[in-house]
Amino acid sequence: MSTAITSIDIDRGIGDFFYELTPSRDAGVGLTEATIDYITDVKGEPDWIRDFRKNAYRVFNNKPLPTHWAGDELKEIDFDKIRYYLASGEAPKRTWDEVPDQIKKTFERLGIPESERKFLAGVEAQFDSEAVYSNIKKAVSDQGVVFMGSTDGLKERPDLFRKWFGKVIPTGDNKFSALNSAVFSGGSFIYVPPGVKVKHPLQAYFRINAENFGQFERTLIIADEGSEVMYMEGCTAPKFTTATLHSAVVELVALPGAKIQYVTVQNWAPNVFNLVTKRGLAMEGSEIKWIDCNIGSRLTMKYPGVILKGRKARGEVISIALAGDGQHQDTGAKMVHAADETTSNIVSKSISVGKGRATYRGLVHVPKHLKGCKNNTECDALLINSTSRTDTYPAITVRGTGNSTQHEASVSQISAEQIFYMQQRGLSEGQAMSLAVNGFVNDLVRQFPMEYSVELKRLIDLEMEGSVG
Amino acid sequence: MSSIAIRDLKVSIDATEIIRGLDLEFHKGEVHAIMGPNGSGKSTLAKVMAGHPDYEVTGGDILLDGESILDLEPEERSRKGLFLAFQYPIEIPGVSNANFLRAALQARLPEGEELDAVEFYERLYQKMDTLEIRREFTSRSVNEGFSGGEKKRNEILQMAMLEPSYAVLDETDSGLDVDALRVVANGVNKLRSPKIGILLITHYQRLLNYIVPDFVHVMYEGRIVRSGDKELALELDSQGYDSLRPVETV
Repeated sequence: MSTAITSIDIDRGIGDFFYELTPSRDAGVGLTEATIDYITDVKGEPDWIRDFRKNAYRVFNNKPLPTHWAGDELKEIDFDKIRYYLASGEAPKRTWDEVPDQIKKTFERLGIPESERKFLAGVEAQFDSEAVYSNIKKAVSDQGVVFMGSTDGLKERPDLFRKWFGKVIPTGDNKFSALNSAVFSGGSFIYVPPGVKVKHPLQAYFRINAENFGQFERTLIIADEGSEVMYMEGCTAPKFTTATLHSAVVELVALPGAKIQYVTVQNWAPNVFNLVTKRGLAMEGSEIKWIDCNIGSRLTMKYPGVILKGRKARGEVISIALAGDGQHQDTGAKMVHAADETTSNIVSKSISVGKGRATYRGLVHVPKHLKGCKNNTECDALLINSTSRTDTYPAITVRGTGNSTQHEASVSQISAEQIFYMQQRGLSEGQAMSLAVNGFVNDLVRQFPMEYSVELKRLIDLEMEGSVG
Repeated sequence: MSSIAIRDLKVSIDATEIIRGLDLEFHKGEVHAIMGPNGSGKSTLAKVMAGHPDYEVTGGDILLDGESILDLEPEERSRKGLFLAFQYPIEIPGVSNANFLRAALQARLPEGEELDAVEFYERLYQKMDTLEIRREFTSRSVNEGFSGGEKKRNEILQMAMLEPSYAVLDETDSGLDVDALRVVANGVNKLRSPKIGILLITHYQRLLNYIVPDFVHVMYEGRIVRSGDKELALELDSQGYDSLRPVETV
């Protein structure tokens, strides 16, 4: 029998295709002030955004790459060879029939229109820099829910947009939030009025079709008092020979008593640098939950966070990362407690396959003057091969006498005896591996909406089937 | 032809020979017991039959219904109808018993065919009742946090669900109290039929009071040194394994 588990040949069948298209709006290669003027002009944005972008561009230029802690892989990104804006110049369509044929075909292959019919309250489909389709079900918009692209949001609802935009994640938070702030395009703007509970999820799908391209969507979700909303995002790109950059900024604002759940299933091609900043601001009695799954990309750096600003606010990060050969999933969570009786929960599971590397970085901060704060952190890593790697960097600062924290971490492996046992019952080595890996993440997968958990299980199966020689 | 036939089998691990020319045949419809002292190679025999990768077969053959299985992967042997009840059943965290059994049964179906879930649960519950296993068991992870008795019962449940043609039960009685032993033995007895050949591996005669074998073999230093009927087990019990030490020629 073949005991050696060799390197994996990742099946990217789902997202690995593209169409030859010539976008009529193209900011060219490289990043200068002219690039920013081009983007602002094409999008017809107000001057305050032009100024915001240019300021961000300066911040971006002045900030070094965080190689001192994040590793040298970032140096592989050549900012001068990236195209920062590509679009057709057309407004997003309200029906799939109006969407240009090849783009429509792309999303049909990814199953988006079908999911929309089945269980979504609204969908926004972004193709390179702009949304090509954006629709919200009438029953939902009748409740006053706003769901549109970021450009439309800043133009149509400046009152709401300007109040929170860039407030949860300041431009200078990190080099990539500055880059996003300079060249952002696409992403969603959502506003849920007080007391409105959106029953079905709103979904955005981010698709990269072009080579040498950077996608910089910007999402702002505001859940007003006592409202509830679930947002899901999916993403894929074809595998090109050159690196692709995806660098989003996502800001969430949960006003008192509101609940926001943000679900991500990231399945980028293995040459995508996925460097995303995600953070939520949780007011009194509100709840923000990030449910995050990272399967693809060359390097993902993503640490969804919650600033627990109001009393009894609750933050949660549930994350699964699968690092295949040649991949590095550098993920984690940030919980900043800034009010009494706030609670946070972090559960992270990672799987490293072949020469894959998974890193957990967690930051939990509870200052001395607070009372009754609680944090729970669990991070478990599963190593499939002897060449697989995992690192854990928890930074937990809990001060004061009335606060508590609990931290558990584990590293495990699937043993040869487990595989043999399952084989003896009739499973192939690949099936056995897959079952064991699914078992490892099972309790977290169940937290995903049903439609996603099925998809997740299928993706894990695909990865694991390929992981044995 | 409906048998497992082991012919002059020689097995080593890390260059140490453990099985040294073993011959044994058991047919469908028969229950055979192999007894022997610790270190005689009983458990090695069970693992080699199932295709454990750590052992090297250096000579001889194992035939299942007349065909050699030595070149087959463990899962192929399983799908041909060979079942091994493990002495130490393995834990698989996060995988429920129901899902594990479904996956094992699904793996036996031709490509594109789906296991009927309703029929599966009907059968599962029926077998669980026989083995006095509570319903909540289906959603617990495979063997995780199970008592010794629960683990052994689970092995017999898997055997009942997979309906093998040949089953090797490795020290199924070890670690069981009398009540648990009775339940497990009762489960095995219910599975006895002309369609299945069973090989019991045990250190103690006690199990054979509950599952009465048709034949008893004694294994010693990697070989079968005596064969007989169930009386042989009683004889061993009263006289001990030392009495079997081959008489040295003067």
